[in-house]
Parts: sequence; structure tokens; C-alpha cells
Amino acid sequence: MSALPRTLCAGLLLLALVGCASQPRSLYGWEGYQPQVYAYLKGEGSYEEQIAVLEQGLQRIRARGQTPAPGYHAHLGMLYAQIGRSDQVVQQFQTEAELFPESRPYMEFLLKRKIQEVGP
Amino acid sequence: MKWMHRVGLAGLVVVLSGCAGQGAQPGHDYSALRESRPASILVLPPLNETPEILAPAGLLAQMTAPLAESGYYVVPVGVMVETFRQNGLDQPADIQQVDPARLRQIFGADAALYTTVEEYGARYMLVGSVVKVRARTRLVDLRTGRELWSGSGEAVRQSNNNGNGLLGMLISAAIEQVANSLSDAAYPLAGVASQRMLAAGGSGGLLHGPRSPRHQPE
Repeated sequence: MSALPRTLCAGLLLLALVGCASQPRSLYGWEGYQPQVYAYLKGEGSYEEQIAVLEQGLQRIRARGQTPAPGYHAHLGMLYAQIGRSDQVVQQFQTEAELFPESRPYMEFLLKRKIQEVGP
Repeated sequence: MKWMHRVGLAGLVVVLSGCAGQGAQPGHDYSALRESRPASILVLPPLNETPEILAPAGLLAQMTAPLAESGYYVVPVGVMVETFRQNGLDQPADIQQVDPARLRQIFGADAALYTTVEEYGARYMLVGSVVKVRARTRLVDLRTGRELWSGSGEAVRQSNNNGNGLLGMLISAAIEQVANSLSDAAYPLAGVASQRMLAAGGSGGLLHGPRSPRHQPE
């Protein structure tokens, strides 16, 4: 009753602590990207507020030497499009394409369609 | 001595619930996925089988992280929604009907995820509440239209009020009901369900993509 269950208990506890913790460190810096996408989808908060949160997050990501998550720059570019800042739109979409060549066809599609002219 | 058993039991519960994201599917067939080798994924807006209108957004907003951290490029979901809108498409049911070849042409993605939210939200009972999110998804090759993989994920948070007497139970159930509706209680669970559904490496789960150090090239 005593020795075996105790070992089993300790083993299980160890497994619980170690088992899930063996993930490698994050590939990307996320900051508020997903919550800001959610806010955008819900139509919550102004575009200016969402831009401010993402720009601040970007500074923290850069300070840590991380790569921003896929979509981070593109989402920021779309928000700039909503407030008519076309210089920023082009810059953000191009940065997304440079960081992630997989995004180039879509970023070029967006730049060609001049999404910045389709603001609110 | 007794506490040790309790700790052990708690550990067992963590072991059973914590890592059990995907159902065990020994001998899962990955041949289509291995052959297709997608590098980029388009996460289409989920179909909603629940009465909660925020369910598709709650899931869509949180499906990027598990996929990206598993080594895939994920098409920016907010920008994607805007592109569909500008083309007159704002219903997930219509969007999921768009020809794969056309999706590939616009978004340049190798594969797309077709997701359905099955449960999303809180149910209240006399003794507490259960908040639950469950979804299923299919990964489809946009170049061939072939299904490459499918999976599902679920997250549950149960709270009980015990030992407070009937009045105490009623009061805390009422408080919880307000708290759940105010703070969008299902949203964090949607993140957990997304993680369990999409994070690579689990049994029957997705394989790591090319941007992951754990990607296995063939």
C-alpha cells in the first residue's frame, strides 16, 4: 500500500510538471497581435487605438530581437489603410513580404488593388 | 500520507487532461500531407453551429499562433476578412464555397483550413457553470482540392460551488453568470481549443511546417 503508490504518485507528478513543459521557445513575438485581430473583427475600439497598441508591441518585439508574428505587419498595414495613411500601408505590406516571402503574392495583390483607397 | 494520494490524484488529472489535446489515433495516415508539404495556410472564417455570434471571431483570432509556432506561414486573418468583404463576401458559409483555385490565386496559400465551431459559451446550473468551446477543422490543398488532414479541439472550464449552502450557491452562480457574460468567458477557452486542435506534434495532430526547427524534410 505504501511504497509503490507513493512512487507512482511522485512519478505522475513529475510527468505532469515535465510532460508539457518541453516545448521550444517561441518562434515569433506576438504581443497584442491576436487580441487586436479579435478587437478588429468585433469592431471594438478605434483604428487609431489598435494601431497604437500594435506599434508599441512592435517596439517591444524588436527590443527583444524577435521576429513579429506572421500577419503582424500586414494587419498593421490594413489598419493604416483604414485611416488613409498610404505611405505606411505600402511600408507595412512590403515588410510583411520581406519577412515572409510566402506572403508576397497576397501582399502584391493588396498593393495592386490599392486597398488604401477603399477606406471607410 | 493522505495528502500524498491527493497530490498524486491531482497529478493524474493534470496528466490526463493537460496533454490530451488530440484523441489518440495510432497509425494516422499522413501520406497526403507529406506529399503536399504546405508552407502557407489560409484560415477561412469558421462556420458557426452555436447561437453565440462571437464564436467565429473568437476562434479565427486565435488560430494563427498554434499554426505559426508549428512552422507554417498563416495568411493574416483580419486582412483576409477585409478582402472577402470588399468582394461582397461576409458569410463564412459563402466564403467556404469559394473555388480553391481562386483562393490560391488571391491569397497565394498552399492550403486552407475549413473550420466549424460546434460549441461556444457558458451553460449555467444551480451549482455552477460550464464554459465549453469545441471545433473541428479540415486542411485542404488549394492546388489540388484534396483533403490533407483533419482534427478537432475542445476546452472546458467547470466551476462548482460547494459547501456554501443553497443561498451561497445561488449567489455565486448569479455572480458567475454576470462575470461570464461580461468578460466573454469563452474567449480564452477558444485559444486553448485552437491550440489543442492545431499545434503540431500531438498524436493525430498536424505535422511541423517548414519554418519549424522540428520540421522533417523528406
